[in-house]
Amino acid sequence: MIDKNDKSAIIRMFHVHKNYGSKKALININLDVSKNEFIFITGPSGAGKSTLMKLLYLGEPVSEGQILIDGMNLSRIARKRIPLLRRKLGIIFQDYKLIPTKTVFDNVALVLEAMGKKRRFIRKKVNSVLRMVGMEKRFNALPQSLSGGEQQRIAVARAVVGMPKIILADEPTGSLDPESAGAVFDLLKGFHARGGTLLIATHDQELIRKTGCRAIHLKEGRQVSK
Amino acid sequence: MIFFFKRAFQDIRTNKFLNTVTIITIFLSILIVSALVLFFLNTNDYMNSWKKGIRIIAYLKPDIVEANLVDIKNKIQGLYGVAEAEFISKEEAMKRLREQMKRQSSLLDGLKENPLPDAFEIRLAGRSSNIENIENMAVQLESLPEIDDVEYGRKWIGRFVKLFDLFRLTGYAMSGIFFMAAVFIVVNTIRLVIYSRREEIEIMRLVGATDRFIKAPFYIEGIIQGALGGIIGLAVLFAAFLYIATNVEYGLSSGLLHVRFFSLRLSGTIILCSMLVGWLGCFISLRQFLKE
Repeated sequence: MIDKNDKSAIIRMFHVHKNYGSKKALININLDVSKNEFIFITGPSGAGKSTLMKLLYLGEPVSEGQILIDGMNLSRIARKRIPLLRRKLGIIFQDYKLIPTKTVFDNVALVLEAMGKKRRFIRKKVNSVLRMVGMEKRFNALPQSLSGGEQQRIAVARAVVGMPKIILADEPTGSLDPESAGAVFDLLKGFHARGGTLLIATHDQELIRKTGCRAIHLKEGRQVSK
Repeated sequence: MIFFFKRAFQDIRTNKFLNTVTIITIFLSILIVSALVLFFLNTNDYMNSWKKGIRIIAYLKPDIVEANLVDIKNKIQGLYGVAEAEFISKEEAMKRLREQMKRQSSLLDGLKENPLPDAFEIRLAGRSSNIENIENMAVQLESLPEIDDVEYGRKWIGRFVKLFDLFRLTGYAMSGIFFMAAVFIVVNTIRLVIYSRREEIEIMRLVGATDRFIKAPFYIEGIIQGALGGIIGLAVLFAAFLYIATNVEYGLSSGLLHVRFFSLRLSGTIILCSMLVGWLGCFISLRQFLKE
């Protein structure tokens, strides 16, 4: 499964295990994701999809094994370098995770502010990304005044605004109606078309079938062939 | 830096309720601690003024001639801890006694001669008004050949000085305990406020914000909250002081007791301490929170 000769792999997982006490959430995961690949992580609820995503953005530490992302070894990464890792990633959550007290513009701008970008650049870039997701007119709105689909579009805007190499999306369309889900998925395909690597955790088999991209199946924490 | 200040002010505007709660907590803590310190400061002043009133009376032998008085005065003033020595002639002493006895002074009319001795009234320097120094000085005075007897209200002074020291110690201890309690309350209030914003902090971390980026606006907020709490606390205390001082000075003690407020320097120090407490609250809470 692991192609050691593949020099273009941007994500590599070697014999990764994740335990919560005595509960084994992930067991011996081995995975290579190439640059500009569009890949699905799939499986039923509780299979370990979200846990795998968390390991990739260091929301949780690995119990055993190694993960390499764009040359950074997550098992050995210094605490102060974690923000640098996360700037290589754009993360999209099922529950959007927008800051409720900040406007749409500020939520998206936060990524660039954290990177220390200049104000003029931030204004220009955020406006352009909001235009891309069709939310430029709602720049001053607070997240709670938006629909679920709109909030997820803001989450996509936030994920892409820092021009990350990889997008990790955990059930990005899980709580959306078909129309909103289609719009969000089109935005993600746009990111992939511009050369980005995309990892989507979903249990939506229809979505996987439509795109025809590679899918990694998880069942009770193990990789299974399907 | 300007960016962090802007974010801090923006956060204060956005989280008005939580910030108001923190400022009120700091304000009440500063008010209580400062009121206590102010009370002890004024009481200390008052007791010091009593202490300054302590006198030692050295009675001269009856055969001392006036020509020797300057020499005796110099000897007394040469002793360690003497601030001033004033000669009280027997005639002056009798005059004072009459004034003190007022209506009963007619009793003194029957005296054929003045039985009171000449004396020196000795005022002590502030640093030597503890009981050991007073006793030492009395012994030295008694050893002078011209001195017949020394009087200084030994028991009374001993009790007063002990009471004064106990009071001062209690003041320090209570101020210290109240200050620590205030810090504890403020730190925990800020911790609750930061805890309520944990989701926001978590999101910032997930989008690649460094700890410095997250902490800086919180620290600035803490310092601003501390400054505002401190200023309001001192302002309210000053208003209460003006009201109470008017009553104490002109009502209770007919102008004899002068109460004072904190000096500008001490007020500044209190506001700085308040800012430090605000910052400390954020520092402790964030350190704990970001470690998780």
